[in-house]
Amino acid sequence: MHFWQSGSALRRIAGNYGFILPALVFFLTFSIYPFYKVATLSFFEWDGIAHTPTFVGGHNFLELLRDPIWWTSFAQAAYITVLALVFQNALALGLALAINRELRAGRWYRVIFFLPPILSGIVVGLIWSWIYDGRYGVLNHALQLLGLGAWQRSWLSDPATALTAVAVIHMWKGFGWGFIILLAGLQSVPVELYEAARVDGAGPWERFWHVTVPLMVPIFFQVSILTVLGTMQIFDVIVATTQGGPGYHTEVPVTRILATMLGSSRFGYACSLGVVFGFVLLASSMIQQRVARAVYQG
Amino acid sequence: MTGPTVRWEVRIRRWLGEAGAHLLCGAVAVTCLFPLLWMLSSSLKTQATVFTDLRLLPAQPQWQNYATAWTQGHFGSYFWNSVRYTISVVAGVVLVASLAAYAFARLKFRGKELFYALLLATMFIPIPGSFIAIYVLLTKLHLINTQLGYILPQINGSLALGIFILRPFFEGIPRELEESAKIDGCGRVGVFRHIMLPLARPALAVVVIMTSLAVWNEYLLALLIFSSQALMPLQRGLMVFQGAHLTQYPLLMAGMIITIVPIVAVYLVMQRHIVKGVTAGAVKG
Repeated sequence: MHFWQSGSALRRIAGNYGFILPALVFFLTFSIYPFYKVATLSFFEWDGIAHTPTFVGGHNFLELLRDPIWWTSFAQAAYITVLALVFQNALALGLALAINRELRAGRWYRVIFFLPPILSGIVVGLIWSWIYDGRYGVLNHALQLLGLGAWQRSWLSDPATALTAVAVIHMWKGFGWGFIILLAGLQSVPVELYEAARVDGAGPWERFWHVTVPLMVPIFFQVSILTVLGTMQIFDVIVATTQGGPGYHTEVPVTRILATMLGSSRFGYACSLGVVFGFVLLASSMIQQRVARAVYQG
Repeated sequence: MTGPTVRWEVRIRRWLGEAGAHLLCGAVAVTCLFPLLWMLSSSLKTQATVFTDLRLLPAQPQWQNYATAWTQGHFGSYFWNSVRYTISVVAGVVLVASLAAYAFARLKFRGKELFYALLLATMFIPIPGSFIAIYVLLTKLHLINTQLGYILPQINGSLALGIFILRPFFEGIPRELEESAKIDGCGRVGVFRHIMLPLARPALAVVVIMTSLAVWNEYLLALLIFSSQALMPLQRGLMVFQGAHLTQYPLLMAGMIITIVPIVAVYLVMQRHIVKGVTAGAVKG
């Protein structure tokens, strides 16, 4: 091989890496390093300022096991998640089925349903905190007009309603995602299958149960995984409405992690919360995937 | 039962089904639009009338609220910051993701599939609390409270989805096109710039819109790193304004309209691409 050839081969290899290198640098710096850092810092006590963190072994993890506020916040996010899984996704599916029947003006509905998801959690939270307002809120005003004045309350500062009120905001903002994905799934079901079922004498319900549902199972589970991941990590909407209050009634994991880090300056403990939370989310996704596979093949 | 009556029944049932579908969709559409219209309407009222005048069309629209919010509410500054951050991150993502996606699609290098798998893993495996480490890292790099410190992590944040959308697209472009360009004297960079990128425009549009949405609406990182008001983007600015002027509802609403108008406009123009981006990120087993 002539030297100029080997030179160009070298340059060729260097060139190949040139294409991938920028992505690799970003990925190592802002994905891999934080991942490593969070995992290791979770074994330390650190205020974010001291030069060297203090190694405390598994102490943070023992502490978080007995941290009632942490588990309360966890349970509250889980509550919102269950509501979202049931109501938000039922609504998304209902709308997708309705639009899928080539409804007149279906295109307009589709544009409108995806408006809330493109708005930020901050904007959505701020507008809804006014709708819910105890004195000036549109909701209370509407109840008054309907003769349901007795139901009026300050929805976001009443411990009895705050969490559910936040959940409603979250579902309002989120159902459009599920709707878009489910509709795309429905539209990918081959029309011939419906025709064949019709020829075999299947009614609308039978066609839904025996044609649509089996083909949609993987997509249902995909939507449910996204719903769990998205809802458990709810944050912006909470910040713009209740900030976790009243008391700790709408506190969720991400607000806890942030408060632990910035409020109490306990970086190591915040990291251990993040690690546990990450594991739980990963496990829940894997379980759902497993169940999906079982249902799909069964 | 005779033929025509059966057909009549079918027609009624179909009509009822359609009416029911419209009822459901219409009701939901109203709840989607009402808060936005309410926001718009309130932004045109005065502090005195905003709680008392509950009409959707205010008697005397206070257009100057927008000027006040823009200047005294600092929403002008927040707005241009958001524009700058969005353009910077989008440019960064398009550049880095398209180079990497091309490499994944066409070039050979060691560790290719491992890196790709790791990239995708970050899309589906959440790392809650990774913002703690990013905060620590940015502090070390002296990038806290800087524009660059806000831009760089977000480029990484949208990189995986970008590569995920672009790679299959590049793989679908016929190799013959590249070969003929090479014969015409194009180098690899030339092929990438003059053949691959222009052909990938539809996929790039999806990347642009998904990244823009993410950056325009970002709040947590902005909360963590910015202490100077002059650097804050809109989402952070809204919270600052709300904290400082708790009762100036019309101005807050004007600020919110300023915040959502660009993104809604982009959405209306590019909604087809959004649908593609959402389903690409989701329909993945």
